[in-house]
Amino acid sequence: MYRYDEHDRRIVVERARQFRTQVARRISGELTEEEFRPLRLQNGLYIQLHAYMLRIAIPYGLLSATQIRKLADITRKYDRGYGHFTTRQNLQLNWPRLEDVPTILDELASVEMHAIQTSGNCVRNVTSDPFAGVARDEDVDPRPYCEILRQYSTFHPEFATLPRKFKIAVTGSKNDRAAIAVHDIGLRVLKNDAGEIGFEVYVGGGQGRTPMIAPRIRAFLPERDLLAYTEAILRIYNQLGRRDNLYKARIKILVHETGVPEFTRLVEEEFARIASDEGLVLTPDEIARVTRHFEPASYETTPATPTLEGLTLGKDRTLARFVEANVLPHRVAGYAIVQISLKSERLPPGDVTHVQLDAVADLADRFSFGRAVVTHRQNLVLTDVKIAALAALHADLAKHDLATPNVGRVTDIVACPGLDYCDLANARSIPVAADVASRLRTLEQEQDLGPITLNISGCINACGHHHVGNLGILGIDKLGEEFYQLTLGGDHTETAAVGKILGRAFAADEIAGAVEKTVRTYLALRTSRDETFLAVYRRVGPTPFKEAVYGAHPASSQRTAA
Amino acid sequence: MALIRRRASAPRREPRAADFEIASDDSWLSIADDASVPATGDVIVSLARFMAESEALLAREGRLGVRVPNDTLPELLAPLATSATLIALDFPTHRDGRAYSLARWLRSRFGFRGEIRATGKVVRDQLANLARVGFDSFELARGSAELALASFDDFTVHYQATSDQPLPLWKRAARA
Repeated sequence: MYRYDEHDRRIVVERARQFRTQVARRISGELTEEEFRPLRLQNGLYIQLHAYMLRIAIPYGLLSATQIRKLADITRKYDRGYGHFTTRQNLQLNWPRLEDVPTILDELASVEMHAIQTSGNCVRNVTSDPFAGVARDEDVDPRPYCEILRQYSTFHPEFATLPRKFKIAVTGSKNDRAAIAVHDIGLRVLKNDAGEIGFEVYVGGGQGRTPMIAPRIRAFLPERDLLAYTEAILRIYNQLGRRDNLYKARIKILVHETGVPEFTRLVEEEFARIASDEGLVLTPDEIARVTRHFEPASYETTPATPTLEGLTLGKDRTLARFVEANVLPHRVAGYAIVQISLKSERLPPGDVTHVQLDAVADLADRFSFGRAVVTHRQNLVLTDVKIAALAALHADLAKHDLATPNVGRVTDIVACPGLDYCDLANARSIPVAADVASRLRTLEQEQDLGPITLNISGCINACGHHHVGNLGILGIDKLGEEFYQLTLGGDHTETAAVGKILGRAFAADEIAGAVEKTVRTYLALRTSRDETFLAVYRRVGPTPFKEAVYGAHPASSQRTAA
Repeated sequence: MALIRRRASAPRREPRAADFEIASDDSWLSIADDASVPATGDVIVSLARFMAESEALLAREGRLGVRVPNDTLPELLAPLATSATLIALDFPTHRDGRAYSLARWLRSRFGFRGEIRATGKVVRDQLANLARVGFDSFELARGSAELALASFDDFTVHYQATSDQPLPLWKRAARA
C-alpha cells in the first residue's frame, strides 16, 4: 500500500497544526460558528444532533493493521469505543469533543492518515474497488491512479470552494464494484487494443434528491492526461456550476442543464489548452513510482486442497455458509478474498467496536499481509487469505461477531446513521434496518435468496444510497411522522439504474412487512435459484410486487398518498 | 480593512510569510460607477465601465485597474490582460470560489502579468490558496492582519503545480 514520504508526512502534520489554531480561534470566540463552519468542514468535522462528528479519510478504503489499531485506540481514548464505516469507505466518530480533534488529527498523522476534505465543497476522498489488486476480472489496478488523484486534489488551491462537494471513484474492472456511474467523476481504467492504459470518463452521476446515471464523455483518455482532464472538468464546474440553489449545485445538474455534448465541448476545449502543461502531464516515471507502492503481496505456493468449492460442500455447515456468502475467488491460486460483514444482529450497519477493530488488525496481520479494505457497502475485506487458513480465520472472526454469513444478501443492509445521529435526517434508519433484518433473517437462512442489495437512507440526501439498492428505503417526514418509501430495481454496478418508487409510503411499523412481501414475491416468481431479484424485477416489472405489497387494487387500499 | 500584498521585491513563488507585507501606502482608488474618474492617479473601475469607456480610461494619466465580477465569462478577460495594470476579483462570500479559476485563467491562458487583487469577503484562511492561484494582494475583510500574514506559512509543501509553481511536487522533489 502507499507509504508516505517526508512530503506527504509534512502535509498531514502541518494540517493538524493549522487546524489546532483554527479550533483555538473558534474556542476563543475570534471565529464565529459561521466563519468556523467551512474551515471545520474542509476537515471532516460536522455538528450532528448531539455532538460533533469527525469523518476520517480512508483513501480508496485501504488500511494497514497499524492504522486499524490506531483507529481502535482513538475510538477508546476520544470517543465511545466504536466507529461507523460509511458508504464512501470512510470512518466516522460520533462523539469527539471539539478540543480533542486536533490531537486526534495528530494521532492520525502518526499513522499516515488524516481527515482532509472528507466534507465541504471540495474534492472528497477518492473511492475504488475494494477488491483492487486481487480481483480476477481486473484489467488494471486502479489504486495508483486513486493515490495520484488523492495527492492532486489534496489542498488543491483552486478547487477548495467548489459549488458543491465533488466525488471521484475509480474502478479497474468491467464489473464495477466502485459505483462509478453515481459519482461526479467516474473513471474506469483499462487497456486499449494497443495495450496502452487509459480511462473511460463518466461525469455527472449522483444520488441525492436528483439521482442521475453519469454519461460517458470520453471513451479512452490516455493515462498521462488524467490530471489535465480532471482539472478541465473541475475548472468548468467551478466556473459554471450553479451556486444559486444548494440542491442544484452538483455537477450532475450542470451536465444535465448544459447538455452532454456542450458540456463535453467545454471540457475538451479547456483540456486542449492545458493538456501539455508540464505541471499536469503524468510521466511514466511518476506512474511507476506510485505503482511500486501497490506491488502484489509475496504469495506462497499453497496446497491444492482445500478448495473453495470443497469448503462449501464440507461437513462444517457454518463454515460452508460463510464461504458461500462471504468468500470470493482470488487472482492467485490457493488464496481467497474474505469479506467481513458488519451487519450482525448486534450493531447498526457499518458500526464496529474498538475490540472488533483490534481483532481485525490482528487477523489482518495473521492472515492477510497486514491489510484490510473498507467497502462502499460498509463491510471489510481481507484481500489475501490462504484457502487453507479459512477455517481458522472463520473461527476467530466468529469469536468477535464478525462471521455473519450474509455479504451481498438481503440482510447485508447499507444504512446511513439516520435520525438517531444526523441532523439532516427526516427519519430513523438504524431501527428500520434492524426490523427488516430480523424479519428476513429466518427466511434467508431457510432459502437461498441470492444476491440482493438493500439500502436505507434517512433522508433525500441519500447517504445510504437507496436509489441504487435493488430494494431501496427512503425515510421521509409526513406531518411530523416518519414514513418510508420503497423503491425497487436500483443497481450500483456496471448495469447501473435508479430504483423506482413502488407506491405509497409506509409507516415505520409497516415497512419491514412490505420488504418481506417483496422478497417472498421474488421467491415465487423466480424461475430458478440462479435468477436474481434484479433479473426477476427487470423481467416482470413492478406490477406483481405492487399487488403483493398493496393488495390487488392498490388504489382502494391507499391509506395516505405518498 | 487591511491590505496585504506581495512585497515588490518578492517573486511569484509558493507563498511564504516573508514575501508579503501589510500595505500602508496603497495608491489605488476604487471608483464607483456613478462617480467621476479623477484626471490623474491610479484608479480601479468596474468591468462595465471599462468596456464602455476604455478609450478614455486608457488615455488618462495614471494606471488602470478593473473590478471583475466573479461570474464574468473568461473570454471577457482577454482585453483586460493587455490593458489593465491591476485586476480586482471579487468574493461575494468566501465560500464562492469562482474567482480562483478566473485568476488561473488570467495568468495561464491570458498571460496577465499585473497585480491580481482579492476583494470582498476575504478571510485569513484563504490567503495562501489565493496566492497560489495567482493573487498578489488581499483586502482582508476582518481580523488581525499580522496573524493573517503568518498564515502563508501554514503549509510549506504543496502537491500541485499552480500559477506560482509550474511543476508538481513529484517533478521538483526526489520522492520515494
